[in-house]
Amino acid sequence: MASEGKKRIWEEYQKEIADDHYFYVRSCIRQTFFPGAETVFLNILRKDLGKDVFEDARHTTCTGIGYHSDIVPLDTIMTVIARHFALMTENGYKNFVPSCVTSFGLYTEVLETWKHFPEIENKIREFLWKATKREFNKPENLAHASDIIYKNREKIREKSKFLLQNSITGKPLNVVEHIGCHYAKMFPSSGVGGAEFPHVLSGMIESWGGEVIDYPERRHCCGFGFRNYLIKANRGYSVSNSKKKFESMQPYKPDFIVANCPGCSMFLDRWQYTIAEMEGITYGENGMGIPVLTFEEMAGLVLGYSPWELGLQMHQISVEPLLDKMGIPYREEEKYLGKNGRSLGQPQKPQFLIV
Amino acid sequence: MSKTKRIIIIGGGPAGMEAAGAFNHTDYQVTVLEKEKQIGGKLNTWYKLFPNFKSGTEVKEYLEETLKKGKASVLTNSEVVNISSDKNNHQITLKDGKTLTGEAILIATGFQPFEADRKEEYGYKIYDNVITSVDLERLFSSGKPILTSTGKVPERIGFIHCVGSRDKKSGNLYCSRVCCVTGVKQAIEIKQHLPEAKIFNFYMDLRMYGQDFEELYIEAQQKWGVTFIRGRVSEIGQNIDSTLQLKAEDTLLGRPLKMNFDLIVLLVGMVPTAGAEKLGCSASLEFTSGKFFRVMGKPVQTNESNIPGIFLTGTCKEPLSLQETLTDARAASAKLISYLKEMKED
Repeated sequence: MASEGKKRIWEEYQKEIADDHYFYVRSCIRQTFFPGAETVFLNILRKDLGKDVFEDARHTTCTGIGYHSDIVPLDTIMTVIARHFALMTENGYKNFVPSCVTSFGLYTEVLETWKHFPEIENKIREFLWKATKREFNKPENLAHASDIIYKNREKIREKSKFLLQNSITGKPLNVVEHIGCHYAKMFPSSGVGGAEFPHVLSGMIESWGGEVIDYPERRHCCGFGFRNYLIKANRGYSVSNSKKKFESMQPYKPDFIVANCPGCSMFLDRWQYTIAEMEGITYGENGMGIPVLTFEEMAGLVLGYSPWELGLQMHQISVEPLLDKMGIPYREEEKYLGKNGRSLGQPQKPQFLIV
Repeated sequence: MSKTKRIIIIGGGPAGMEAAGAFNHTDYQVTVLEKEKQIGGKLNTWYKLFPNFKSGTEVKEYLEETLKKGKASVLTNSEVVNISSDKNNHQITLKDGKTLTGEAILIATGFQPFEADRKEEYGYKIYDNVITSVDLERLFSSGKPILTSTGKVPERIGFIHCVGSRDKKSGNLYCSRVCCVTGVKQAIEIKQHLPEAKIFNFYMDLRMYGQDFEELYIEAQQKWGVTFIRGRVSEIGQNIDSTLQLKAEDTLLGRPLKMNFDLIVLLVGMVPTAGAEKLGCSASLEFTSGKFFRVMGKPVQTNESNIPGIFLTGTCKEPLSLQETLTDARAASAKLISYLKEMKED
């Protein structure tokens, strides 16, 4: 019954996702904390799928973090976003692909605002012209980077080197999929599968042989919550939200968590260390944490990219137990070597969390 | 000598049956068209009725007797797909292509329950232990024990009011009127079956408008210990043991709630029957914002449609209780008789 019911919902929320010629914009958080994820996304699209992707170094933050912290005025945000659309237009592209879920939500919100209030769009066009002498076309297609991977999930399966299965037993891995709040909760029709039972990540997991865990706090925020984290006095609230999720998913024994939002990947990974330090509690096997992947990293592992090339050594929670389950070979001694073969240095061992 | 006038009633549910019976003292030729294989409409599903727990079967038998007195012809398996009107002549086309003609039409197509899976956050048709008030009526009617999907006797049962009613998100701004008291009635029935069960009803406000409704609501609390919590439910998730986690806000306490339940019942509202909109469009009928058929001149012309000779009764025009539906059906018959008497023949 569950799968039939979900399929009916998914049929209702199918969005148009452009097939090629993408203007890609990076994420503040993802490029800082998981830089390998954005690199592998570009490599998958260009090398594995043969797509045309362009990015412009003049692209800046979308101001989403400032927006959700109430420190950047809306007119400023819309003008910054208009500038990004101008960069896309100047480069001859029509399909806009943000890496960040918060950016995706913000672009969607701005386009919706302009649709309902054309006078605001005209005002922003004036602001942009006065500030930069730029003009822009609105994107013909707006899709989050995870939408693009979702669209190509079967092609990735065809080229897969590893599956989301235990390589010894052949059993599907138990996967927690976490969707960023700004992906579809504000505009359910903008997300593949809608807001309540999104299909964007579960579709990838199923196609690549894994099994999706539906746990009670599945829809709950990762804990980031912008002001919850950014204002230091609120951080306990951020951690407690993440803790609520970990406690809810733990009985299902997840093999890993995958998220499409860079902030979620960051907090679900790092707060496991924080909770371990604060309370001595860990949620994975044998005192370890539950590995957290971004969707690009998950796709990269399936396609056989080297874990260290993907930047998985940047994660707080060790991914080695997951690599062992999937049968992915890796050299532990190369974990902290840079591209030039020199040591990057090693992080200190936490007190409670086993890494 | 004038020819016998023909009335076609579309719908063989309570409204159609009661209206047909009310023509018993006339010479009109009355035909009732029912799309299902049997007449009775929702009475074939409802177990016991509010507020006095009269059985649905008993009421249906009563209406069948009424119908017999009306001498109407009843055609089952007869779904109407088109109505075309030309002054005093209305032609009906059935799904099988057959046609009927009458001088007047009474539409009594009723309602269908809101499709609860449209409220995705409640997980109906995804989580086995989320059921609707209609499912619960069927379960009561079947005589089977009330069990969860894992075969356990439920200890904690939640009722969610206003599912698909007064809800902009599902597109239905109107109140379905009967779900509040149905929730109270079904909570009591569960307590009668499972005295040890703890029952919680989540409501935004309780509209106990009818005779004896308020008394039933008080009885539910005082005699049966049902707990009423004012607050809408935001989401339902499933626990690892197939029990359900519910999140809501208690708006009287001003606190968020997270509670576990073995079974959750969604009190689904009324929506127009599938096909009613297409049928209405074929006859150029007007609709309310909720897509029910619009009556011409409330508060007086409550059975007349915008097309002369086409009358409306029951829940095809707005949510009504069964009692109100039957009263309305008799009123519609009286209006229709007046219309035919005053009608100038061609």
